[in-house]
Amino acid sequence: MAKSSGKKKVQPGDIVDATVDMVMVHDLTGPLAIEAFKRIGISKVWDNKKIAIILDHQVPAESVKAAELHKMLRFFAKEQGTRFYDVGRGGICHQVMPEKGHVVPGTVMVGADSHTCTYGAFGAFATGIGSTEAAAVFATGKIWLKVPETIRIKVHGKFKRFVTPKDLILSLIGKVRADGATYKAVEFAGSTIRGMSMAGRMTLCNMTVEMGAKNGIVEPDESTLKFLEGRVKKPFETLKSDVGTAYERVMEFDVSGLEPTVACPASVDNVKLASELSNVTVEQAFIGSCTNGRIEDLRLAAEVMKGKKVKDGVRTLVIPASQEVYRQAVKEGLVEIFTDAGALVCGSACGPCLGGHIGLLAAGETCVSTSNRNFIGRMGSTQASVYLASPVTVAASALTGRITDPREVEAKVT
Amino acid sequence: MRISAPVLKFGDNVDTDVILPGKYLVLVDPKDLAKHAMEGLDPDFPEKAKKGVIIVGGKNFGCGSSREQAPLALKFSGVKSVVAESFARIFFRNAINIGLPVIEFKGISKAVEDRDELVVDFDKGEICDVSNGRMFKVAKLPTFLLEILSDGGLIENLRRRMKKK
Repeated sequence: MAKSSGKKKVQPGDIVDATVDMVMVHDLTGPLAIEAFKRIGISKVWDNKKIAIILDHQVPAESVKAAELHKMLRFFAKEQGTRFYDVGRGGICHQVMPEKGHVVPGTVMVGADSHTCTYGAFGAFATGIGSTEAAAVFATGKIWLKVPETIRIKVHGKFKRFVTPKDLILSLIGKVRADGATYKAVEFAGSTIRGMSMAGRMTLCNMTVEMGAKNGIVEPDESTLKFLEGRVKKPFETLKSDVGTAYERVMEFDVSGLEPTVACPASVDNVKLASELSNVTVEQAFIGSCTNGRIEDLRLAAEVMKGKKVKDGVRTLVIPASQEVYRQAVKEGLVEIFTDAGALVCGSACGPCLGGHIGLLAAGETCVSTSNRNFIGRMGSTQASVYLASPVTVAASALTGRITDPREVEAKVT
Repeated sequence: MRISAPVLKFGDNVDTDVILPGKYLVLVDPKDLAKHAMEGLDPDFPEKAKKGVIIVGGKNFGCGSSREQAPLALKFSGVKSVVAESFARIFFRNAINIGLPVIEFKGISKAVEDRDELVVDFDKGEICDVSNGRMFKVAKLPTFLLEILSDGGLIENLRRRMKKK
């Protein structure tokens, strides 16, 4: 943050005028941003190469209203020459941004979506903003930011079979609570994080906003550089955690005792073990979203579902997070496994996660989902329930028709 | 800036999905958004708010999505201000950026009752509950945020500052 505001040093609580390296809007926040930009009264954006517009929420357009919004975004992107990812060209914004090389370590990134904090997995400072503020960034390239205090979470130990980073972050949110990190940065460190895939780190950072955090962050390492190779074309700097930093709090967590974990309705910190919820029947299972729609997630789900059938009465939706993930899933035969099992594989988009488009729930229905929020009405009816879990737990639950510890399904087979 | 209106109270962790459900995000006219304000918690909210209210919220008010449609729906349904124990940070910024005055005050949810007449003075940093006669000092917003609010929002503020230059 010091680097972005031309200062040598900053302290928590300082308010800085930061220069933004990249700003992103999507089809539900972009239209308001463009309206606001027009009201400013200037004709050109500050830097069209630093603005990305991604269609992912109501994709493909589910109504004439959505189609009109998409048309407006397409026009603006062309007129201004911004980066633009249309239907079929990208996928979920938080997957597309790193895949297409727009996420760069050591930079300041803002996005008109609360899960922009995902990019912290690559060592960027990334946080969510609203549409009006995105418009101001379009115009000026600047944003005011308060330097946050940092909570450091040191993670050790080896995950048990079928226990994943999603179980870790749900468990952590259960401890920190939904507002426990409000206004703060959350840094993940420790041997477990060093050994974790970028997909896992993205899942962790993605959900830091569910504990109120401003951003999540992981110090870049070899895995980060390997992912970015061939994607980020310009030189960049990987910043290290400051030596001697005064953390607001340091938490230690050992994952070796962690069990498959589920967030129950209707808040993300309402956490229980999957094994405690085996009486909860489900009508829908959803594997996808910016939290868990990556190839690593689909591989895990396919491992559980291979050669099996989803339970009658459970509609199972699988949504690869991007076109790149989709192509890879086809190549690896995962799409075949899912379709053979009776799951519906949909085009890369946000899907039912936010209840705006496909896969909505009726009153009284329950969905077990790999997404990130289970608030009242999130996925359709205000009388529906959403349980959040890992891709393995959701896949196992799709097979049994109730919330299931994935090891239970595996035990039956062997 | 001084705002007075009766109180409508809400609890902790009021999220943006209950303030404005995702299925309405394709609506563009704020007046249409306002019809669905707080639909997840109280479908009668727009009727209750239309004459002007101050929302008193608990901890983490506005958590969840970055949708600016949430504070917009509140503003256009008749909400004049939100006072909460604490805010989720994106909601807090969004509210100020669209010109909806919000302020944090720890203890507010215990100090006031539903339908009390509240006066919030943003310049002085004071909250007065006219119904029970209690007065509270609150930490004022930084000057640059008060200026955004008095200009009517971030865009208006930016226009004024750009003109000056």
